[in-house]
Amino acid sequence: MAVARRGVHRSRWIKLQIFRYVVLALAAVFFLVPLIAMFEFSTRANAGGRTLEYWKSIFAYPDLVNFNLGPAPDAAIDASLELALITSLVMLVLLVPTMVWVRLKLRRLSRIIEFICLLPLTIPAIVLVVGLFPMYIWLGTNFSDSILTLALAYVVLVLPYCYRALDAGLGAIDVKTLSEAARGLGASWFSVMWRIIVPNISNAILNATLLSVALVLGEFTIANNLLYNNLQVELVHLGRANAGVSIAVAVAALVFAFILLVILTFVGGRPRGTQPEAVTDLAGPLAASQA
Amino acid sequence: MTIAGSPAVATRVGRPLLGGRRFSLDWIGAVPFLVYVAIFLLLPSAIVAIGAFFNADGSFTTENYLHLSRSYVVKATIDTMSLSAITAIAGAALGALLSYAIVTGAPNGLLRRVVVSASGVLAQFGGVTLAFAFIASIGPAGFVYLWAVHFFDYYAHGIWLFALPGLALVYLYFQIPLMVLVFLPALDGIKPQWREAAESLGGNTWHYWRYVAGPILFPAFLGATLLLFANAFSAYATAQALINQGQPVLSQQIAGALSSEVGAVEPGFAKAIAIEMIVIVTLVTVGYSLLQRRAARWL
Repeated sequence: MAVARRGVHRSRWIKLQIFRYVVLALAAVFFLVPLIAMFEFSTRANAGGRTLEYWKSIFAYPDLVNFNLGPAPDAAIDASLELALITSLVMLVLLVPTMVWVRLKLRRLSRIIEFICLLPLTIPAIVLVVGLFPMYIWLGTNFSDSILTLALAYVVLVLPYCYRALDAGLGAIDVKTLSEAARGLGASWFSVMWRIIVPNISNAILNATLLSVALVLGEFTIANNLLYNNLQVELVHLGRANAGVSIAVAVAALVFAFILLVILTFVGGRPRGTQPEAVTDLAGPLAASQA
Repeated sequence: MTIAGSPAVATRVGRPLLGGRRFSLDWIGAVPFLVYVAIFLLLPSAIVAIGAFFNADGSFTTENYLHLSRSYVVKATIDTMSLSAITAIAGAALGALLSYAIVTGAPNGLLRRVVVSASGVLAQFGGVTLAFAFIASIGPAGFVYLWAVHFFDYYAHGIWLFALPGLALVYLYFQIPLMVLVFLPALDGIKPQWREAAESLGGNTWHYWRYVAGPILFPAFLGATLLLFANAFSAYATAQALINQGQPVLSQQIAGALSSEVGAVEPGFAKAIAIEMIVIVTLVTVGYSLLQRRAARWL
């Protein structure tokens, strides 16, 4: 009897392994071939053979990158990097103190804050653009038409993902006890925030930052329709003039985003079985309700 | 801003003066956040919702909604819905298989970490790159194409990559990874002990999937399919990068009406299409919750 059962287990284990390898192999073909094709395309020489010409000439396009970082970057990669930085900073300054404050003093508000933060997921970016369009015209004529103003809209875009990352971090520590202890010892609210809360949720903050950097670098819809040239918009423009360079930059950006998210899975980790890995925050609100 | 302030007022009215004062001070902590989302999230939403009822002169009209019956908008609506439905169902099915292949491996293994990170990148990192990836592989200059034409002519019926079938293929490239991200946590919830329990009661593999794992996973699967539908429905970048003529997708129609490169700019019309999108996603969501309730009875 026992032997028979072990035989059943063994044959099922073999079947499972066959299933796994077939599925993983097919997935690898479907997902890797287009990526390899991009790399192949970006190293293809006109006369046949291989060349790194396209990769080297990335820096020959001043519209793409010219290291002119400042309040009005005129190159797409510079602008996207600055946008990623500003968006992450504004998001953290806005979200972390509010979420801590809500946990401490305004528990009743927590459902509303959560609802607001997840709202951008239900509104397609293209719909948001329609509403932002007149606002950005007004902003452009009255204040600044710098591409960096896009960060204001991007903060809303990254809100759901960052909210979930930070919420997981804050949920793992006892905010109330920690801050009451610090307050009891005479700490100001600022030092409670900066010296107690932030170091305790540093992982969650890193997660939220990585997610927003990846999302901002990949953003196309809002920038394109508000007529700003960020990285992705410039890729499309460049793709029509010089596909090789454009695809080389696309590969580089993709690899960069991949590295960010790999860091996320290692840093963000997960205590086995208790909560999903940080990257699954990218899945959205339904994942939240199921987890 | 009034939205941010009004609950505070409401609270103060119902409470004794002293407590009310303390409460109103606490509310200040949430004000910066609420003001920010009021300006950059609620205001644009309101502009869309209200603006759809006004024409370019600023007078009230329902004309914008009547324009939704234009044949190209109707066609785009049907095309976008079928594109979203097909890629949602196919993506959910294939993604579920891939998730299962991953979840049966080591829980903290390298494979899982790499697949999850890669899924995050592909699911959210811009459709532009994904469109490029397919142009570079099966486009007329792609190496898969150049290799495959030696054996057969898969563009015999025209270059389908730059039409809806091609769009569906590229959509799957971000739909499947999104499904993996959504479905992995659900699969993690399945305990191996349940399998053993089913076996010790004499159940075979079919019984286990039909009566144990299936009913548990089905709501998550359905919910994920809905998410994939909404995701494809609101996608814009991929379509724009792949197809720059004809605007076959509803989100492109919005962009076209907003700042047309050729014809007249119709901001009111853009808002009406935006409302149409929201209504469709809402209807599908309502349909989903009804279906889920019904499904709970079937299983």
